[in-house]
Amino acid sequence: MRFALKVRQVLSRARWLSPLLLLLLWEAGSRAGLIPERTLAAPSAVIGTMLELVRSGELPSNLLVSFGRAALGLFIGVVLGVVLGLIAGLSRSGEVAVDPLMQIKRTIPALALTPLFIVWFGIGETPKIALIAFATVFPVYLNLYSGIRSVDLRLLDAARSFGLSRLEQIWHVILPGALPSLLVGLRYALSVSILVLVVAEQINASAGLGFLINNARDFLRTDIIVVCLMVYALLGLGADWLVRTLESRALVWRPSIVEQ
Amino acid sequence: MVALAPSSADAALHGLKVQVRNVSHAFDTNGEQLDVLDEVSFTVQPGAFISLLGPSGCGKSTLLRLIAGLDEPREGKIGANGVRIVGPDPSRLLVFQDPTLYPWRTVRQNVALGLEARGLIREQAHRVDEALDLVGLSAFADVFPNQLSGGMAQRAALARVLVNNPSLLLLDEPLGRLDSLTRMTMQAELLRLWQDAAFTSILVTHDVEEALLLSQQVIVFSHRPARVIGTVDIDLPYPRHRDDPRFVTLRRELLATMGLEHQL
Repeated sequence: MRFALKVRQVLSRARWLSPLLLLLLWEAGSRAGLIPERTLAAPSAVIGTMLELVRSGELPSNLLVSFGRAALGLFIGVVLGVVLGLIAGLSRSGEVAVDPLMQIKRTIPALALTPLFIVWFGIGETPKIALIAFATVFPVYLNLYSGIRSVDLRLLDAARSFGLSRLEQIWHVILPGALPSLLVGLRYALSVSILVLVVAEQINASAGLGFLINNARDFLRTDIIVVCLMVYALLGLGADWLVRTLESRALVWRPSIVEQ
Repeated sequence: MVALAPSSADAALHGLKVQVRNVSHAFDTNGEQLDVLDEVSFTVQPGAFISLLGPSGCGKSTLLRLIAGLDEPREGKIGANGVRIVGPDPSRLLVFQDPTLYPWRTVRQNVALGLEARGLIREQAHRVDEALDLVGLSAFADVFPNQLSGGMAQRAALARVLVNNPSLLLLDEPLGRLDSLTRMTMQAELLRLWQDAAFTSILVTHDVEEALLLSQQVIVFSHRPARVIGTVDIDLPYPRHRDDPRFVTLRRELLATMGLEHQL
């Protein structure tokens, strides 16, 4: 009696239950022949394929290529975003010079530039990295810029009174004050970088997850496609974890809304 | 508790004389000029404690910012010991209505900032602990501001200013946001700090009793644009008591000066 109650309690809170049921249905559908393999491979087949791809080294080596693209593009985008955000945030004339251009840039969806980037940079690594960099500049720029502008002016008044030079004010007051916004921007940039990576990798890649997917499509290997989708999801999760860790390290001073 | 010994370099400066001469000031809001100060003149003797009393939003806080050197007056002159004030200086420090602590710095790091900026932190690190001790926050030195209560945060702000050994303390309704009990304790503490050190104090307040409890002279301001409409000397020994007959008389006099005698 008591045991039954406990089981019911656990089940009523089990968020993992519905995904598991879906997987079981999917597996059963595949085995019963309701879902043909060329439409969607069975979960068991996907897991088998994944292990095989890992063992053969095919998945790790291609993942590394994709990861490298995302990381390099993101790095360039973040550096540019931080530099432009600082210029626009810290001076009026900087704002007048930089902000209109960034607002124009914002109206152009990064992926719409794909054809132009192919014309400019060919079909090698450059357009892929450039696309990721281009797409990630804006969230970093905008959040840093608005973070700097929303720093409490009285904190700066106090700093001026205590004798801090302009440079010290930037270092000790403005940048720490803008850090939470910057981290939000970074988080956006990370998810954008993975989104753009997926599309950019469809440009005639000869390595990377996109290459793996394109190849699999040509041979109707839905199992490999699903494996790659899972890896993209894992990349997204990893990116999120990275920023969360950064935030909890850098923002220990912030009151946590949710009690630990 | 320990008194902060003035460092030898500041000793000569202690207790600044403040001269405000025909100061007028205005803000530009949407192309319109908003007058906030109108021909204000007064002098504060070295080591005195004076209050600027007036209705909320009359321009007293603006005047305090001008004396702190955070803004420059449109007209008139403000001098400290005969030298014209042209910018902020660690010898003239402002305590704001809100504590405005740096949330990413611990209490100790907040207090240390002024000494760090002037490169004095190595030789005078002990002053940080002394200042924290002075306001009774030694046990909270390594806590972040968001973990402090309103009164404690305001004490930390006070320590952050006192550690610089200012010769002029500008208080912009620093107790205005505190509950009445904390407020009474802090009034007594402010008085003790002022009596122990020798700095000049200028307190902005709209609380008649606070002005009467703390200061030696009260300068009364009109509604915006603020003009000086009266000066009342408070010739009472410290500590003062609200039910002292002389206190009651002076309160009536102050309220009359403010045009509020019917509110009694």
